[in-house]
Order: sequence, then structure tokens, then C-alpha cells
Amino acid sequence: MLAALWVMAGLAVVLGAVLGFAAVRFHVEDNPLVEKIDAILPQTQCGQCGFPGCRPYAEAIASGAADINQCPPGGEPGIRKLAELLGKEFKPLNAEHGAPKPKSVALIDEQVCIGCTLCAQACPVDAIVGAAKQMHTVIVSECTGCELCVAPCPVDCIHMVPIGEEIGTWKWDPPDYSYGPTA
Amino acid sequence: MRPLFRFNGGIHPPQHKSESAGQGIVPGPLPKRLVLPLHQHIGAPAKAIVKPGDRVLKGQMIGQPQGPISAAVHAPTSGTIHAVGLHALPHPSGLQDLCIELWPDQEDRWIDRQPIEYREKDPTRVLDHLRSAGVVGLGGAVFPSAVKLNPGPPGRVPTLIINGAECEPWITCDDALMRERSGEIVEGILIMRHLLDAQEILIGIEDNKPEAAAAMRRAAAASPFPMEVVVVPTVYPTGGAKQLTQILTGKEAPSSGRSSDIGVACFNVATAYTVHRAVNHGEPVLSRVVTVTGNVRQARNFDALIGTLLPDLVALAQPKDDTDGFIMGGPLMGHRLPALDVPVVKAMNCLIATSPALFKPAPRPMPCIRCGRCAAACPVKLQPQDLHWFAKASNFGKAQEYALFDCIECGCCSYVCPSHIPLVQYFRHAKGEIWAREREKKAADTARERHTFREDRLEREKKERAERLAQKAAAATAQAAGDGAAAQSKEDALRAAIERAKAKKAEIVPRNTENLPPSTLSEIEKIEARRAQLREAAATKSLDQKED
Amino acid sequence: MSSPYITQPTSVNALMLRVLGALVPAIGAYVYFFGPAILVSLLLASVTALLCEAAMLKVRHYAADAFLVDGSAIVTAWLLALSMPPLAPWWLVVVGTAFAIVVAKHLYGGLGSNLFNPAMVGYAVMIVSFPVPMTHWAAPETLAAAHLSFAQDLRYMFAGVLPDHLKLDAVTMATPLDTLRTQLKLSHTLSEIRRLPIFGTLGGIGSQTVALMYLLGGLYLLFQRVITWHIPVAMAGALALVAGTLHGIDADHYASPGFELFTGGAMIGAFFIATDPVTAPTTPKGKLWFGAGIGVLTYCIRTFGGYPDGVAFGVLLMNMTVPLLDAYTQPRVFGHAEKETTRGKPQ
Repeated sequence: MLAALWVMAGLAVVLGAVLGFAAVRFHVEDNPLVEKIDAILPQTQCGQCGFPGCRPYAEAIASGAADINQCPPGGEPGIRKLAELLGKEFKPLNAEHGAPKPKSVALIDEQVCIGCTLCAQACPVDAIVGAAKQMHTVIVSECTGCELCVAPCPVDCIHMVPIGEEIGTWKWDPPDYSYGPTA
Repeated sequence: MRPLFRFNGGIHPPQHKSESAGQGIVPGPLPKRLVLPLHQHIGAPAKAIVKPGDRVLKGQMIGQPQGPISAAVHAPTSGTIHAVGLHALPHPSGLQDLCIELWPDQEDRWIDRQPIEYREKDPTRVLDHLRSAGVVGLGGAVFPSAVKLNPGPPGRVPTLIINGAECEPWITCDDALMRERSGEIVEGILIMRHLLDAQEILIGIEDNKPEAAAAMRRAAAASPFPMEVVVVPTVYPTGGAKQLTQILTGKEAPSSGRSSDIGVACFNVATAYTVHRAVNHGEPVLSRVVTVTGNVRQARNFDALIGTLLPDLVALAQPKDDTDGFIMGGPLMGHRLPALDVPVVKAMNCLIATSPALFKPAPRPMPCIRCGRCAAACPVKLQPQDLHWFAKASNFGKAQEYALFDCIECGCCSYVCPSHIPLVQYFRHAKGEIWAREREKKAADTARERHTFREDRLEREKKERAERLAQKAAAATAQAAGDGAAAQSKEDALRAAIERAKAKKAEIVPRNTENLPPSTLSEIEKIEARRAQLREAAATKSLDQKED
Repeated sequence: MSSPYITQPTSVNALMLRVLGALVPAIGAYVYFFGPAILVSLLLASVTALLCEAAMLKVRHYAADAFLVDGSAIVTAWLLALSMPPLAPWWLVVVGTAFAIVVAKHLYGGLGSNLFNPAMVGYAVMIVSFPVPMTHWAAPETLAAAHLSFAQDLRYMFAGVLPDHLKLDAVTMATPLDTLRTQLKLSHTLSEIRRLPIFGTLGGIGSQTVALMYLLGGLYLLFQRVITWHIPVAMAGALALVAGTLHGIDADHYASPGFELFTGGAMIGAFFIATDPVTAPTTPKGKLWFGAGIGVLTYCIRTFGGYPDGVAFGVLLMNMTVPLLDAYTQPRVFGHAEKETTRGKPQ
């Protein structure tokens, strides 16, 4: 009886040591949680979640200070991915933070623009170019559609234009059928 | 006899070639309007170099190629440019793209044509000529031929394969071209051979086109360079470039690479014909042979001008009354046109008028019973029964692992499926979804990078400004008060500077508003008033909420 | 809708009908040798299957007009009825079929989704739960001590009542496989056993002809491309190989490959049961492994196990391996390097 106990205890110690050694020796550098969450967020940097950008929101989610359903641009697919990553239950988007909108880009009405640079300062991704007293324009390919430039404009010359479907990015819908009775 | 190889599976659908074959090539209409899309090829779209009102001659370049992979667009006849704008394209989405609208003057006056002597010219100049002649693969891929004909290191492409298989049902445009213009096709092949410095030329034709094969044999016999016409068994999809290459040479083009990796270049017969017209006659691609067939009284092959709107073309074939739509391309790989008001493009080989009797509505899909007929029919040896589960479940990673992107969308799997599952649509959807996700991910990565860069920049600027201010303040106090409290006041000044910077940042004030016309100024004032009101409202609202 | 816009004129229904048609010659031979009672079993199983199918389709909100007529339920019913003893009591057939359709088929997701062959699940559940009636096989009419009229058949099947002067033993007897097993246990040699009147040239009297008819039907299915050659050939081949090896070593105790192939459920198993596409692998290599596995398991269960035949359990055990077989036998895709060979080869 005692011998058996000793054997088991000894085995536990040896195996534990082996496992511990392996954990240190063969340690695989994993992305920290914040990075993984940040990779899921759409990087719109719009601040609708209540945090100044996607990364602060990711940090807040990681620390438990924020919920996973505060990102309108990420929409339901984004929440699902976060839920899966964090092993949480899916929940619908929190309406307090806004509703998902079709992806849009900002467009500056160049006739009206007075070149005040306020929009350029507001842009989180430096996608607006133009010097003081000169007309500004949006680099469409870099615009995330965050709308942060719209409010500061003193002449209300910035509008959000939804990105329409283009032939180059158009994609087939999945087949739509069911096995149910025909109506 | 050359030993032939086989690809996996394949199908034998009803041919329906006799409706339009052997009727000769009929000239297409010279309509009142032509709509010329600027993006008819793989690669970057051409750039319009004409504006409304310009008079153009037949063969004049109106769209200039942009970037290394691109092709030019030309005026198919003389006339006036009416507009440069959006018009619907023959695409399954029915979406619009940039097109040039040309109103022909009905005079059909040519520009000064400049043939080139390809044997004496530097190959790169011949390739440039082909590029600006708008020559692209006319078998359906519309890849710019100049790029594919770029030989690279000598001896890299010993085998030139000419694709006259035309395996899809109903289509006979290549058949007609080979019957009537075999000599010119052979001329084009000789140019291609010269550019690639190929040692062996194989012309693959399915055995359901004996007249075309005979015509090509006669023309090939007269050629100064030996070329072999190889008649191959009729089985769909023999006309796929990789499939025909495998049949003729036994070699498999690598999944991740190109045909040239195994020393083969494959071109469609119609491409060879346009190469000949472009080089030996100085004629860019202005028209192509289009089969109009199906539910029509007069199925024909028309030599239609690029840009001809389909109603003008289809009228010549006299569609029957119960026609309920049109398929561009063949019934296996083509697509239904959402609207007929779209132009002929370089990729259009066939138009099939459909009727409920001729193309029965797809039977109701049943669950997959794993019978494996799709896998047996798949020419690339995929497992469609597995892939469809992954696509259906949006398990796109797994779908890619099972080689989704090797699918050539030939339709064999859907054709043989006893459960009538729209397998190809699942695969097309999955591919589109994967591409979209890649794009989104790329965009997010760019945004993240730019945002981080901006944050760093702001931080740096703030620090620099604060330092500058601090230095100035320190210098001033040092001069005024002497050395005594310099250290203390320096710190104060620093703090004050930071405070000022903060205050400045907090307050958003319109700037550059001095030299404005009074109307704009009053507008700004109105907007500012509105803003103030909003701010007030917001403040009271939040107060209200607090009181609650 | 995306292309293709044409489809081959075929359907699930057409495939299932061909399977049913291929079973007809065997059923004919069955009736000839064992009397018409099997027809009652087939009818009973079919009606039960259709009723259960209809009920399950309704519960699962599936379109009855498409799914009830797909023929798959009837195929399950017929295979199960043909696996059960002729003269099986009605409730045995009904319960077995109901279990096959409701549990093995629909609770696992219905047509196309079930992991285990429904007919074999029904058979296995019945033989585990009711071993006695499942082993009362009708004797071939040429060997039976007494003959039952069709009315007496019905009376026995539905009421369990035999004519007064008859005992059950007079109309039933052990199957050839059972006879072989018992006789071997009694230390008879194989050549002695094979001289018993129940045995014919290939297998059992009557049942060997039925097996030949299954072979005929199977060849029809092969010719019609409803099934591929892989599973039947692998299963029959493996069974024959193992049997042949042991028969070669000790011909007195191990039956010949021909005997193994033409007795019991080997033929119906190889051509009709193991080839059920839903529960079989889809890759050619996978099919070969699958068939071979069933062949070996069948032989082992028959020779060393306690059940009268091994086909059903062989199929069910191999059903479990299907996802694994499919995953590990993916064919090389066009233009891809052969995975196994490139990995091992030096550059």
C-alpha cells in the first residue's frame, strides 16, 4: 500500500517535472489576447464603442471593462468572432452604440471646402490631404468610413457616400433553397 | 498517331452544334450606337483618351492600356464619341462599368493601318504592337496576349498549343472560324511561334468538327513551319487550356503556376486569327465571331462589332416568341444575362436564347447522398461532395485546404449530380467570399497601420511643441528675472505650455474664415449657431437625465 | 441562378429505383426456394418505412412530395426485410424497420446525413434484442419436413400460430452458416459437414441461388454505374483472401472462399449494403479500405464470433471509420504534387 503510494507520488513528481520543463523549453510565443481581439475589430477607428479607437476597445474587452457587442462596423459577424475567441455567448449589437450601416467613404464637396484643416485633424487614419486655405480631398482607398470628419467641418461640406457594388468586387450569393414544402 | 492522354472524368452533354454550325460566318449589323467597355480583359482597365464630340476613325485607339497587364480598346467603326460614362455590362450582376459610347457615321472609314514585319522587328516591339491592338485571349479568359507571348529566357516554351477544341454545347464560333479562315489562323500561329521560339505546334480539335479539322490540316500543310492538327475525342471540358494541354502532352500545369512552367503556351484559334490581323494587316481587335443560337429561327455565327448592343445582334437571328432569356457563353459555364441591353465584348463567344422547353427549370435540390459522381466527373479531381459541405457551412479555410481554388467552374459536378445541388454556385460564392474577406483584412491592416502611425506622430508633435515653448519661455524668464528662479519658472512655463496645448486641442474653432465672401460667412455663422444650439440642447438633456 | 443550366436526366429517385430493380431477381429466387412469405415481410417493411418516413418528414418540416418518393426508405425497408428470416413475425419486421427509419436515419439527419447504414442498424438492434426469432430461418422448401400454405404463413407471421400437428422445427432450420458452426463444434470435419443435405455446391441449398441473384443484380448496378466496383471487389476479395489463407492451412476446419462468399449475407452485403453511398467513403482508395475492412470483419465475426453472420456488424463497424477514411484518402488534385511521394523524396 505504502509502496504504491510512493510510486504514484514519485511518478507524479517526475511527470510534473517533465511537463514543466517542456512548457518552458518548447514555449510557443502566442499572440497576446489584445492582439487577437484587435485583429478581429474592423479598424474603422470610429470610436462608436466609446473608446478612442479599435485598440483601446480591444484592451477594454481583454480586461473585461467592455462588452463584445459595442462595435457597429464589425456588426454581427464581428461579435460572433469575438464570442468564439473569448468563449462567450453571442449577444446582439448594443443599440446604444449605433446601428451597422453599409460601408461608406467620406466625400468632400470641393466647391464648398474652405481649407480649414479641421477634418484632416479629425481623421484617425490620415486619409484627408490638403494644406491650410487649400481645398481638401479624401483618399478614398484609405478612408475607413468612421464619420469623424463630418462633425468638425464648419461648412458641412463632407458627406458619407455608401460604396456601391462594383463588378470587380461583386460576388455570387450562395444558392437559396430549402428542403421544406413548397409554399 | 500521337499518343493521347486523358483527364479525370468529364461529361458528354447533348451537343446542339448542328443548329449553328456550317451556316458560314455572317457579317453582324452596323448599328446606330456602339457601347465599348473600357474593361473587357483581365488586368487594369483601359483609360479613355477621347471625349464626347470627338470624331474617330475605324481602328482608332479610344482606350489606352494602363499598367503592365492591360489591353487597348478601339473604335470598331468611324463616328462620333457620344459619351464616356457608365453602362451595364454583360455580367451576371448586371452592374455598370465605364464605357465609351460611339455613334457610327455609317461611313466605316479606316484609320491609316500599319502592318509590321514581325520577323525583322525586335520581339518587344511586336508585343507592344499587339498590346496596343487590344489582342486578348478570345477563348473566354481575355488575358492580354502580349503578356502571354512574352517568351522570357530562350527555350522556355518549346510547345505551342492552339486550342480549337470548343467543347461546350451550342457554341460553334471557333468551328466556323477554322472552316473559313484556317489560312489566316495559321498565319497568326506562325507569328506566335516566332515570338515564343516554340519548336512544336499542336492544334487540338475535337472529333465532332471534322470539317474544321480538315480545313486546318490543309492550311497547316501549306505552312513553312510544321504544325500538327490533333483530333481529340469529344468530351467536355477538353477545351480548358490545362485539360487540352494534358490530353496532348500528358503534362499537368502546376496548380500554383502557369502553363509556361511546363514549357507550354496555349492560345485559342480566334486569338491566333486576331494576332494575324493585327500584325500582318495592322487591324486591331474590332469584331469577333459570336454564335447566336438556341431558341431562334436562324442560328448563325455573326462577325459582330465589339460594342454592338445585343438587341441589334439578336434581332438578326430572329428569336422565337417563347424566348424567356439569354445565356452568354455556353450552358455549362456561361451565365444568364439579367438584361439584354448590354454590348458585345471580346469575351462573348456565344449567345443562347432560352425557352422553358429548351432549358427546363432546375429540378429541386435534394440533400447530398455522397454518391461521388461529382468527384468521378471532376476534371481536376476535386471532391465536390466535401467542398460543398465546407462552402455551405462557410468553413472557408477547410474549403481552401480541399483545393477550392483549383476548381475551374466547368460545371461537370452540377451536371451529373443526382440531387441537383447547385455545386458550382456554392464554389463561386465561397471564392467570392474568401476574396472579399482578404480585401477586408487588407483594408483593416492598412487602417491599423495608419492609425498607429498617426498616434505616434501626434505624440511626437506634442512633445516637440512643448519643448519648443518651454525653451522660449525659459529664455524669456531668464532674461527678465535673472538667474534666481529660472529653474522654477522653467517648469512653470512647461506646464503652462502643455495647458495651452491642451486647451487649444479641446476647442475646435473654425479657421481660415477671414477672406471669405459674405454669403459663406453668414452660412458659417448659421451653422455655428446651429452647433451651439445642439451643444446647449445636449447639455440640458444630460442635465435632465441627471435630474431623473 | 449560376450555371450550369443543363443537368443530366437523373435523380436520387432514379438511382433508388434501379437498386430496387436489381433486388428483384433475388426476391424471385427467394420466393421459389423459401415460399412467398418473404413478400409479406417486404410489403410490411415498405409500409412501415413509408409511414415512419412520412411522420418524420412532417416533424422535421421536409417536403413530403419530394422526399417521400425518393425511394430511399423503401430501399432500407427491402434490405432489412431481406436480411431477416423469412417467416419472421410481423412485429419483428415492423419494429426493426421503424427503428431503422426513425432512429438510424432521421435522428441522424435524414437522407444523406446518417452515419450508420439504417437497415443494418435495424438488423443489429433486432438480433441483439430478439435473438431467438431472428435465428428461426425457414427451411428451403425441398428440405422442410412440412409445407405451409400461404394462409398458414400469414397466420404464423401475424398470430404466431402454427397448424396443430406442426412444430416450429418442422418448417425452420438452422442457416448454412449456423449448421457449419455447430457441426464444427461437434468435431466434424468440413468435408463431412459439407455432405449434409442443407449444403449445395456453393453454399446452402436455395440460399446459394439467392446469392447468385444478388451477384447478378450487383453486376446490373455496376453496369448502370449506380455503384462502383471498389467496395464489392474489395469486400469479396478480402473475405476470399482471408478464407482462402485459412482454408489452405487447415481445410478441415475453415470453409472455402467460395462457401464464404455464397452463404449468409456476403453477396447482398457486398453489392447492396456496403455500397450504400451515404454511409460509405467517397474516395476510391477509401472505398477499397472500407470494403476490405468489412470483408475481414465479416470473416472474423463469422468464424470466431458468436453471431450467425458478420456482415451487419462488419458494415456498422466500418461505417464508423468513414470520416477518417475519407480524410486520409483524398486523391491528388490536378496540378498538385503527390503529397506522400514529394515529402519522402530528396530534392
